[in-house]
Amino acid sequence: MQSLGIEVLFQGSNFMRLLGGLLVTIEIAFTSIFIGTALGLLMGLLRTLKSWPLRFILRFYLEAFRIIPILVWLYVAYFIFTPMLRVDIGGELTAVLVFSLWGAAEMGDIVRGALESLPKHQLESGKALGLKAGQIYRYILIPQAVRRMLPGTINLATRMIKTTSLVVLIGVIEVVKVGQQIIELGVIKAPNASIWVYGFIFILFFLVCYPLSRLSRKFERRWQS
Amino acid sequence: MEKVTKRLGWLMVGLLLLMGLAACGLGGGNASSAKFNSIEQIKKNDKIKIGVFADKPPFGYVDEHGENQGFDVYIAKRFAKDLLGDEGKVEFVLVDAASRVAYLESNKVDIIMANFTVTEERQEKVDFAHPYMKLSFGIVSPDSAPITSIDQLKEGGKKLIVAKGTTAETYFTKNHPDIELLKFDQYTEIFAALKDGRGAAIANDNTELIAWAKSNPGFTVTIPAFGGQDTIAPAVAKGNKELLDWINNELAALGEEQFIHQAYQETLNSVYGEGFAEELVVEGGKLD
Repeated sequence: MQSLGIEVLFQGSNFMRLLGGLLVTIEIAFTSIFIGTALGLLMGLLRTLKSWPLRFILRFYLEAFRIIPILVWLYVAYFIFTPMLRVDIGGELTAVLVFSLWGAAEMGDIVRGALESLPKHQLESGKALGLKAGQIYRYILIPQAVRRMLPGTINLATRMIKTTSLVVLIGVIEVVKVGQQIIELGVIKAPNASIWVYGFIFILFFLVCYPLSRLSRKFERRWQS
Repeated sequence: MEKVTKRLGWLMVGLLLLMGLAACGLGGGNASSAKFNSIEQIKKNDKIKIGVFADKPPFGYVDEHGENQGFDVYIAKRFAKDLLGDEGKVEFVLVDAASRVAYLESNKVDIIMANFTVTEERQEKVDFAHPYMKLSFGIVSPDSAPITSIDQLKEGGKKLIVAKGTTAETYFTKNHPDIELLKFDQYTEIFAALKDGRGAAIANDNTELIAWAKSNPGFTVTIPAFGGQDTIAPAVAKGNKELLDWINNELAALGEEQFIHQAYQETLNSVYGEGFAEELVVEGGKLD
C-alpha cells in the first residue's frame, strides 16, 4: 500500500528542519525589509528634490533593480562581485544585501509616489505659513504620505518574503529548499509527500504574511477615523 | 509624442549603462577566477569544502535527520578522511545543478562532487579528475518479450519508447533512423506506455531504467549499457593541478581496496540492486 505522505512531515527531524528553514526565510526577509524601508524612505525624499543628477542616479538605481531579475542580482553578488572584492560574506549575508538594496529601490519609488501624489497646495500652504522645508515635510507631507505608502509597502514586504525562495541559488537553505529535500528523499516511498510538504509550506508563509495584511488594515482603519 | 521619445531616450541610456556595468562585472569575474586554496591551506583550515547535491537521491541528498547522504557524499567523506584524517572535516556545500561551475570559479568550494558529468563544455571551465562512475543508455523490456539486441527493434512493427528531449532520443534519431520511435513528454508516460504494450521497449539513461525495473517485477533491463559512455568525476577549479593530482592518486589508491564498490553497496544497492555495479562503478579512476 502506498503511504498517505503526511507522515514525512514528522519523520526524523523533518518538522524542526522545516521550521529552521522558515527561520532563515524570516531572518533574511525581515532584516532586508527593515534596512530596505529605512534606506527607501531616504531615497524617496531625495527623489522629490529638483537636482537632476541626483534624480537620474536614483532613477537609474531603481530601474536596475526593476529590470534585472533578483535571481541575477543574487548570482552576480555572490559569485562575481564578492569574490572580485576578495570578501567572503557567505550566502545569507549576500542575500540580505541584495534584498535590502532591492527593497530600498522599490520603497524609494513608493515614497516618491506618495509624496508627489499629495496636492501641491499642501506644500504651498506650508510655505505660506512660514514653515521651513524640514518642518513642511515633518508635519504636513510625511504624515499624509505614510497613509498612501502603506498598501504598497505591505505589498513589497510580502513579495520580499516570498522571493526569499530564490536564495537557494547561492547555497542558502531556506524553507522551500528544505521542503524539496524532504520530497526528493521520499520520492519512491511516499510519492504523495509533495502535496503535504508544499501544503505545510503554504501554511507557514500564510502565517508570516497574513499578520502583515492585518496590521496594514488596522492602521488604515485607525487613520481613516 | 515628444514626451514619449524623451522617455525612450532615457531608457536607452539606462540600458546601455547597465550593459556596461554587466560587462565590467563579467570581465572582473574572469580575472579573479584563477585563485583557489592550496592543499597546504586546506590543511591549515583543517576543513575541505566539497559541493554536493541536496536533493538527488541516491547520489547526494539530505536524510530525514538533516544529514548529507548518498554515493557522492560517501566518497567525499573518504577524501576528507584521507586528506585531513577525519571524515567529519568535510564541509558540505549544497549546490544547485546550474551553479556548480560558478562555485568552483569563485572559490566557494574546493571540489565539486555533485554527480558532475564530464562534458567538453565544462572541461573548458573546470578541471575534471578521473571518473568514479559511468553512465550510458539502457533498454528495458518486458520479460515476456525481451529485447536483447538493438537489431531486434528493427523487426517489423516494433516501437521503441523514448522521452522527448532526452539524449537517448537524439542517439536513436541519429544512429538508428530506421527504428520507429514512440515519444512522450513525461517519464511517467513512457513507463505507462511500456506497461500497456504500446511499445516493445524503453531506451533511456540506464540508471533511471535500472531503478524502475527493480521496483516493477516483470520488466528487466535487458541491455544495461550501450551507446556513448558518459563519466562522472570530481571537479576542481581550472588550473588546480595540485588538488587534481591528489584526487587522482587517491582514486587509484581507493581502487586497490575496491572502495567505490563498497560505496555502491552502501548507497546505490538498495535502489539499483545487485548485479549492476559493474555497469555503473569506475574503480581506480580507470575505465576498462
